[in-house]
Amino acid sequence: MTQTNNKALIAVLSVVFGLVAGAIIMLIFGYNPFSGYGSLIATAFGTPQNIGEIFSQMTPLILTGLSFLVAQQAGFFNIGMSGQLYAAWVGSVWFALAFPQLPDFLIIIGATLFGVILGGISGLIPGYLRAKFGASEVIITIMLNYVILYLGNSAITSFPKAIRQTTDSTNQVGDHGSIAIKWLSDLTNQSSISAGIFIAVIVTILVWFIMKKTTFGFSIEAVGKNADAAKYAGINEKATQIWAMTLSGALAGLGGVTEGLGHYGNVFVQNSTPETGFNGMAVALLGSGSFIGVILAAALFSALTVGGSGMPNISGVPTELVSIVIALIIFFVGSSYLIQLLIKKIKAADAASAGSGKGPKGKKPKKTDQTEEAQA
Amino acid sequence: MVNQTQQDIPAIEMKHIVKKFGDFAANDDINLDVKAGEIHALLGENGAGKSTLMNILSGLLQPTSGEIFLRGQKITIKDPATAAKLGIGMVHQHFMLVDAFTVAENIILGAETTKGMSLDLKAAKQRIQELVDKYKLAVDPEALTADISVGQQQRVEILKTLYRQADVLIFDEPTAVLTPQEIQELIAIMKNLAAEGKAIILITHKLEEIRQAADRVTVIRAGKSYETFDAKNVSAVTLAEKMVGRKVSFTTEKKPAQVGKNILDIEHLTVQNAEGVTKVNDLSLDIHAGEIIGVAGIDGNGQTELVQAITGLTHIQSGKVTLDGKDITNKSPRKIIQSGTAHIPEDRLRHGLEVNMSLAYNMVIQNYYESPYAKMGVLQWKAIADHARKLVNQFDVKITSIEEPAGALSGGNQQKAVLARELSRKSKIVIAAQPTRGLDVGAIEYIHKQLVSQRDLGKAVLLVSFELDEILDLADKIAVISSGKIIGTVDAKETSKEELGLMMTGMSLQKARQELSATKAEAKQ
Ligand SMILES: Nc1ncnc2c1ncn2[C@@H]1O[C@H](COP(=O)(O)OP(=O)(O)OP(=O)(O)O)[C@@H](O)[C@H]1O
Ligand SMILES: [Mg+2]
Repeated sequence: MTQTNNKALIAVLSVVFGLVAGAIIMLIFGYNPFSGYGSLIATAFGTPQNIGEIFSQMTPLILTGLSFLVAQQAGFFNIGMSGQLYAAWVGSVWFALAFPQLPDFLIIIGATLFGVILGGISGLIPGYLRAKFGASEVIITIMLNYVILYLGNSAITSFPKAIRQTTDSTNQVGDHGSIAIKWLSDLTNQSSISAGIFIAVIVTILVWFIMKKTTFGFSIEAVGKNADAAKYAGINEKATQIWAMTLSGALAGLGGVTEGLGHYGNVFVQNSTPETGFNGMAVALLGSGSFIGVILAAALFSALTVGGSGMPNISGVPTELVSIVIALIIFFVGSSYLIQLLIKKIKAADAASAGSGKGPKGKKPKKTDQTEEAQA
Repeated sequence: MVNQTQQDIPAIEMKHIVKKFGDFAANDDINLDVKAGEIHALLGENGAGKSTLMNILSGLLQPTSGEIFLRGQKITIKDPATAAKLGIGMVHQHFMLVDAFTVAENIILGAETTKGMSLDLKAAKQRIQELVDKYKLAVDPEALTADISVGQQQRVEILKTLYRQADVLIFDEPTAVLTPQEIQELIAIMKNLAAEGKAIILITHKLEEIRQAADRVTVIRAGKSYETFDAKNVSAVTLAEKMVGRKVSFTTEKKPAQVGKNILDIEHLTVQNAEGVTKVNDLSLDIHAGEIIGVAGIDGNGQTELVQAITGLTHIQSGKVTLDGKDITNKSPRKIIQSGTAHIPEDRLRHGLEVNMSLAYNMVIQNYYESPYAKMGVLQWKAIADHARKLVNQFDVKITSIEEPAGALSGGNQQKAVLARELSRKSKIVIAAQPTRGLDVGAIEYIHKQLVSQRDLGKAVLLVSFELDEILDLADKIAVISSGKIIGTVDAKETSKEELGLMMTGMSLQKARQELSATKAEAKQ
């Protein structure tokens, strides 16, 4: 219990520190942080359209965040979400455009499945290589990101002319393949919101259930926490690792599908592997291993990004500041050791004052050190 | 240089120490005083609160209440760094060394002497060498930590504390991982340190060591300090009685073995380790239902690999293993478990437990996917929890909650938890590797009885242990292993410690017997 509370506290403090540091940077460069953040909030929540955009941007972030979380549970550091997402993005849009004669729902299901499978395969490959040969998944996934980037780009440019809009972008998937929801789009002034956000939330619950309540989740946790003990207990640790990475890739893939069939409605040549894949890592880190945390972190980052777009016009603060703030938040989460130290110091001071004032029966007898001991 | 007036002031005094984890008091009003120049033993059952008390003294844990005095001065030890500054050092049971560093680098890590901006390694090495010589801590400061033996790694831990000028040294179960020879050397080192005027606190479950090394003993029962007395001239029986509050028997009563059919048949087994070194060499052994076979040998002679090969944890190069007529050679661990093996692994933290998972999950780690613990792939928490509670009660595992991570249990209770799980599972053979490591005498008595009753239930029992006393007490037959081969198999009733000791060096049974009768004859003359 204490551990989760502590992690949540670290996450919240990281956000606060990130925002404060951002304010200091604004001050240094001669901007007014109040009007800066004021314009950010006003933009993010000012119009229905922007609120819709927040939900739209959240969608792939939640899914890539989950992807990272699942891999992490199995003891993997999946940096390949970007590629996994792009593979699925290209694949799903292609499927949706290639079979216009199918009924709408089959197009959507088919495109989704095709994308998810491509993402899954992109995750399976590094999973397999590490399980069988001990290859570092970090290096493999980074390289795969490039492979997929160039394969995807050349696929787009060599798609049949009929489904391309320009040389390096496809047609919109349109009504047949889109997962946009009309009344939601109308409500949010034609923002790019789609059914993706509901898919993301439902999938979050589903993945939570798989990880926490099923035998598959049990085996992933056992392997991730101590592969030797898992093997001793008869769990096939290699198969478990491969499956976990496949699931991770599939989740990132689903994020790509929502980009293709929802957010953008098409796919276009990328200069570098999609950032969303990497941002998912930040989301998972800030979410500190919890499923609700992933959703909240994704919401925060999306709101910052959408809100940040309005800052230059209203307060003159450049949008880049938002990237800096996000980077700082991640920095603080990453250096959680420092924050933990701070929390400890505060608690110790607290305990000391409570102890000296009230004798041996201090105010907080329930404070425990369980987590430290368990980890030691 | 002990000041006259300070002589009677204890080096360390802990008063009314209470430490609560949630509502549970692991330390519940403990008093302890340790004089400079003495070796003070802490004796108590598994889970009594010894490690907790020492973690408080070394700054790893904060007491809920209570006071600590260092040479009469009240102190607060807010973290291990403070403890080190105050001259309190702890030699942990699980060493905290960096494998890739040399001995010297490990010792100075965190207490580096610098010369300008760079490390003054030369001065540091010189100081280390002085300490090595002064306390006869034979270890090479230049050696790579990964390359030295466990006993030497422990010396590095001791040097680490001495390098930080500790004058209070805490040893938490230092001998659990040492060979008899290394234990004797460690006791000599501790005596040296005490003679220097250092205060030594020793936690051990081996009563013989207390009798050999300690000046005084404090008994801790269920988180309370119970009694402190002189350790000289106290018998092991008395010590055991004071600790558990009842008579403890050091020998296990057992009926003659009812030997049944062949259960485990090992033929010409050869196993290599990861480096390609042959560790088990053309070994053959069979174990029947209703008997306990003890494998005696010096650490590192293939015992670990033998057990891992049988249980599917390592690859078998050649040979054949049959379990009750079924070939299990190079089968997967799960297949082997399902064919009826129970395995108490020698390393409970690496194999035996998922320390970061709940105790409840640990109790079903092999069969979590089976009914009633899972239905259609969904875990059934209630069934899992009920099972865990049943085992915890039945085997008297001390824990605050079954939802707590297994790592929160005291060392001995972790071992009991593994035993509870393995002995309660359906099996034809129980493979027990160092089953009583880190257990108190009361618990050992209990485990021994359990192993004998497993035998009497008609199971085959394979006992691998470095403790000759344990093997002699429990086994019906003893197989001596040396360099990966079984040197000979003897009836437990017809052998002696001396005979086994000789065979463990690779001598055949016949030669060992000749040698022994020759020395006896010599002694008579
Ligand atoms: N972090 C923790 N959280 C909850 N309970 C704990 C924690 N650490 C220890 N305990 C409990 O406190 C009790 C005392 O544990 P401790 O490790 O001090 O025992 P010990 O005397 O060293 O036993 P052993 O001889 O088995 O090592 C045990 O019941 C243990 O389960
Ligand atoms: Mg202990």
